[in-house]
Amino acid sequence: MTTGRVAIVDLGLGNLHSVAKAFERAGANAELSSDPDVLLRADRLVMPGQGAFKECAHALAGEIGEAVRSWIDSGRPYLGICLGMQVLFESSDEAPGEKGLGVFSGSVKRFATDLRDAEGGRLKVPHIGWNQIESTHPVFENEEWYYFVHSYYCVPDDESLVVATTDYGAPFCSAIARDNVLACQFHPEKSQHAGARLIGHFLGDVSWS
Amino acid sequence: MLAKRIIPCLDVKDGRVVKGVNFVGLRDAGDPVESAQRYSAGGADEITFLDITASHENRRTLFDLVDQTASTVAVPLTVGGGVRERRDVSELLHAGADKVSINSAAVANPTFIRDMAEAYGAQAIVVAIDAKRIPGETDKWTVYTHGGRRDTGLDAIAWAKRMADYGAGEILLTSMDRDGTQDGYDLVLTRAVVDAISIPVIASGGVGTLAHVRDGFAAGGADAALAASIFHDGHYTVAEVKEYLLDQGVCVRPPERN
Repeated sequence: MTTGRVAIVDLGLGNLHSVAKAFERAGANAELSSDPDVLLRADRLVMPGQGAFKECAHALAGEIGEAVRSWIDSGRPYLGICLGMQVLFESSDEAPGEKGLGVFSGSVKRFATDLRDAEGGRLKVPHIGWNQIESTHPVFENEEWYYFVHSYYCVPDDESLVVATTDYGAPFCSAIARDNVLACQFHPEKSQHAGARLIGHFLGDVSWS
Repeated sequence: MLAKRIIPCLDVKDGRVVKGVNFVGLRDAGDPVESAQRYSAGGADEITFLDITASHENRRTLFDLVDQTASTVAVPLTVGGGVRERRDVSELLHAGADKVSINSAAVANPTFIRDMAEAYGAQAIVVAIDAKRIPGETDKWTVYTHGGRRDTGLDAIAWAKRMADYGAGEILLTSMDRDGTQDGYDLVLTRAVVDAISIPVIASGGVGTLAHVRDGFAAGGADAALAASIFHDGHYTVAEVKEYLLDQGVCVRPPERN
């Protein structure tokens, strides 16, 4: 597969080896970087989950954030994972007052602590483990299983951004897509075959709007 | 719906998988990286390495194993054993572990858990509790450390609550009485801890049959089932365990047929 160069945004807030390894397994030439020039020279950009919303927002307040915004404006492929999805929005319950990139309008909410499953069982927060997505979008297969680790989820103002939902007490937005931007709450790098398929789609020539 | 997780556990000593009964009488059970790859291909939801290497010099061997496993296995990897200070946590995470499991060091210094959860996120910090029933009691257990050799006198339920309050992401709960016996999980212990805390509980110690795994979820209320010998000895594959659980109405991620 010729995928060009994949730059993985490294904000210095977490261990990104598993993300890099997942792209290498998919045949990509992947590079971790915090240098805006390096990021902007790549062919595809990946923003993995790292740190908490506050630290992530602070790290993106400077020139890296500008680089990411201009990347997205340029129409080249962007994949956001977990917090890399959440920071595309304006704000988060996790860090009131902190600003996300604001690429999309909407916010990030915390799961309620009194969630119950269909049988009345208490649901725990964080939502940790494998859960299914419901999607009719071409980059996903309906009812695929993905690995999740999170306490917060995105609530876009524009519901047409949502391309996958997952049930945890109630359906929440587990993936969005618009033009060149694809972002998911789950971790494709930890989701075995399903994750490898999604990364393959991202590296391919699929348009995901 | 969130699936119940099946987690094969590999006890690792000097770079090899070993298995014993009640933490003694160890025998060789294979190569950890190959085992992890096989379990992952069979549908394991996560892999856990518990390092019981005694010498500090052989620690490098573990990091290499973690790196090789994380490079080739695309499910979460938890590594525990001998994690005493921040550097241990950081080195394991950098080698490719997704979560680090901490046992004795949490008892020695409970705020270590709070510090590590703040530094690396609660999702990366698993507190391992080795619990043993107090002789003559039906519903009281104390916490053991140092590979099951030292009774701390701490009440296991109260300790689990405290660790959850300190920011642990999950509790890995091992019944010392059942570990290696193949008599099934201590369901009373598992249920007591599950009901006491609001973070996920991984049941461990005692699985010998498929029904034991089901009981850990159904009666014990566990979020995940950790098992070692039923997989290493070739009694069951992960796929067989999952097919059985699906038949029994337990929600698990079905094994992929690739």
